[in-house]
Amino acid sequence: MRRRLLTAAAAALALLLSGCGGDGEPDDGTIRLRFQSLAWQKESVDANKELVAEWNAAHPGVQVEYVQGSWDSVHDQLLTSFEGGEAPDIIHDASDDLADFAYGGYLADLTGLLPARLRADIPEQSWRTTAFGDGVYGVPFLQEPRVLIANRKILDASGVRIPTAERPWSWPEFRRVARQVTEHMDGSGHAVAWPLKEPVSATLNLGLSAGGRLFHRADDGKVTIRSTGGDGVVPETVRGQVDDGSASRSTLGMGGSDTLPGLFGGKYAMVPLGFSYRQQIVQQAPEGFEWTVLPAPAGSEGPVQGVSPQTLSIAEDSRHKREAARFIDFMLQPENMVRLALGDWMLPTGTEALRDPALHTPEAGWATGAALARELRPAPAQSVRGYPEWKDKVATPAYQEYYSGAIGRAELEKRLVEDGNRVLARYQR
Amino acid sequence: MTAPRTGRAGRAAQYAALLCYLVFLAFPFVWLVSIAFKPAAELGSLHPTWIPEDPTLANFRQAFDEQPLLRAAGNSLLAAASAALVAVVVATPMAYVMARRRSALTTAATGWVIVSQAFPFVLVIIPLFLVLKNLHLINTLAGLVAVYVTWSLPFALWMLVGYVRAVPRELEEAAAVDGAGRVRVLVSVTAPLLAPGLVATGLFAFITAWNEFFFALVLLKTAEKQTLPVVLTHFLGAEGAADLGPLAAAAFLATLPSLLVFAVIQKRITGGMLAGAVKN
Repeated sequence: MRRRLLTAAAAALALLLSGCGGDGEPDDGTIRLRFQSLAWQKESVDANKELVAEWNAAHPGVQVEYVQGSWDSVHDQLLTSFEGGEAPDIIHDASDDLADFAYGGYLADLTGLLPARLRADIPEQSWRTTAFGDGVYGVPFLQEPRVLIANRKILDASGVRIPTAERPWSWPEFRRVARQVTEHMDGSGHAVAWPLKEPVSATLNLGLSAGGRLFHRADDGKVTIRSTGGDGVVPETVRGQVDDGSASRSTLGMGGSDTLPGLFGGKYAMVPLGFSYRQQIVQQAPEGFEWTVLPAPAGSEGPVQGVSPQTLSIAEDSRHKREAARFIDFMLQPENMVRLALGDWMLPTGTEALRDPALHTPEAGWATGAALARELRPAPAQSVRGYPEWKDKVATPAYQEYYSGAIGRAELEKRLVEDGNRVLARYQR
Repeated sequence: MTAPRTGRAGRAAQYAALLCYLVFLAFPFVWLVSIAFKPAAELGSLHPTWIPEDPTLANFRQAFDEQPLLRAAGNSLLAAASAALVAVVVATPMAYVMARRRSALTTAATGWVIVSQAFPFVLVIIPLFLVLKNLHLINTLAGLVAVYVTWSLPFALWMLVGYVRAVPRELEEAAAVDGAGRVRVLVSVTAPLLAPGLVATGLFAFITAWNEFFFALVLLKTAEKQTLPVVLTHFLGAEGAADLGPLAAAAFLATLPSLLVFAVIQKRITGGMLAGAVKN
């Protein structure tokens, strides 16, 4: 009796397991590729799915399955998939996440796989964000500069010069303007709200304009951290603005979205944000809110700034790399790149796509962003191994303490450089 | 001997402390509900209100339009309920042995149970992934259930050992003296007394599995199989950007099953736990 019961239980469990089982891959000669996309906004997801459907309709022999990925924990998810030999064929990610995968041998070198058209269409500085060692491990296709989203009424009423992409504020001018705007607001708020919950990329990327690099690569390829005058411009500007009251102290620990209510309510006149935040402003801004997109301040190097573009890569384990590369080429045809850019409220890297009139309309600040595109450079430390650890363990707490006033400039530099070089040394033995 | 009486001021302080604690616990949930019913314009208000001024179901409509929430909830329900059932079925006999038989083996097993709780997810996920791949259980809810059972088993076991020990051994001995066999003793005497413990343990395993994100993210590849926590992250972008309204609406819906399950069985847990505690 007991044995019969056990047998029945085992059979029931087996049935349950088989009922929950995965789908087998049909063996009909069709090549099947999996494309994991991190698109998350509706327009962007729709654009990606439409393009996949168009590809599938035109290429019955090479069918692509759209897989919805998630920005949350994407690095760990991909690492596990790579280790388990189950990675998607085509991978959407950000360029600053690729270094470890590229050096770890998980990504295919695209050098011989991509058509000349695509290589030529994307500028060299964008390719540098995905080049590690002698190979290229991703196609950079979308990017966003950091801009100042501003309350138009407050700025106009304060009488300051409104900067343009051709004539941005310098960093010292930005500090003067911020003080003037704050005085005009007469105690009702601050000129600037710096959302610096994640301070490292904002500081380093904007610092390029003042000649800040922090990471210096020697002839032997080894990278060391060294602080120069240019590296201090952005930190000193932020700290100075917080100290003189022209920037809000309370937003230093906030994310970008958290500062928007204050911008809408007239508590802050300007918020430095990524270009794609415009979508949230369009969605959430109260009726009658007049806003504008201004370029970030420029330094001795001009209005350049660092970016980590979104990328498409191919898994080294993929059995159909050539077909995957053809699909990437299709996705990144100029007209398709424009569709993806509009869906994500970002800028395309491709020069032909960037010429599309839809990206040059003054509406929602598109024209200002498009004008800044030529000034975008690879983010500092883009290809430095150990950068994620330096960022999380050393730089984030150090910048947060500096901005909040807990430590001074000397201590900040000591931590970034001395502690940082110890971290990098472990990765460069 | 009489218990010391608490003064009126002391009792008021106790109620005040309890109230503060309840408010603290309820705040995130109430705020979540508030956001879920707010239109986009109110989400960006500098002076947010508890009660939406212009409540709307638009966030719910958008959430359902953009993501397959019902299918994901079904997957979560199947995975969590299966994991809870299997965990309880597997843990019960093990817990009984560990509670009733004292030996070097059960002591070692107890130690292992405690140590196994210390392993972080990231340490086990790659070996686990490889094992499941060899068993062809990647991208299956069965594989996910196996992981959830493995993950919740040590704590379930630990809970059940305590419940078994709380059942007086004398009751089992009295039943045996009356002629009941071992199975009869277990089924007719021990199991009913253990019921609240089984329910509590099952609830623990259910909620653990219902809320779990990382294993589901890594193991399930296709949209048809994804569970609710994974689908919820599709409302999140890079660097903390979020589609807040639909996210709150979907998250609110995701909390309902746990609340419902708990509301239905909480009487049974508390009632059963106290049954027979005092001699009438």
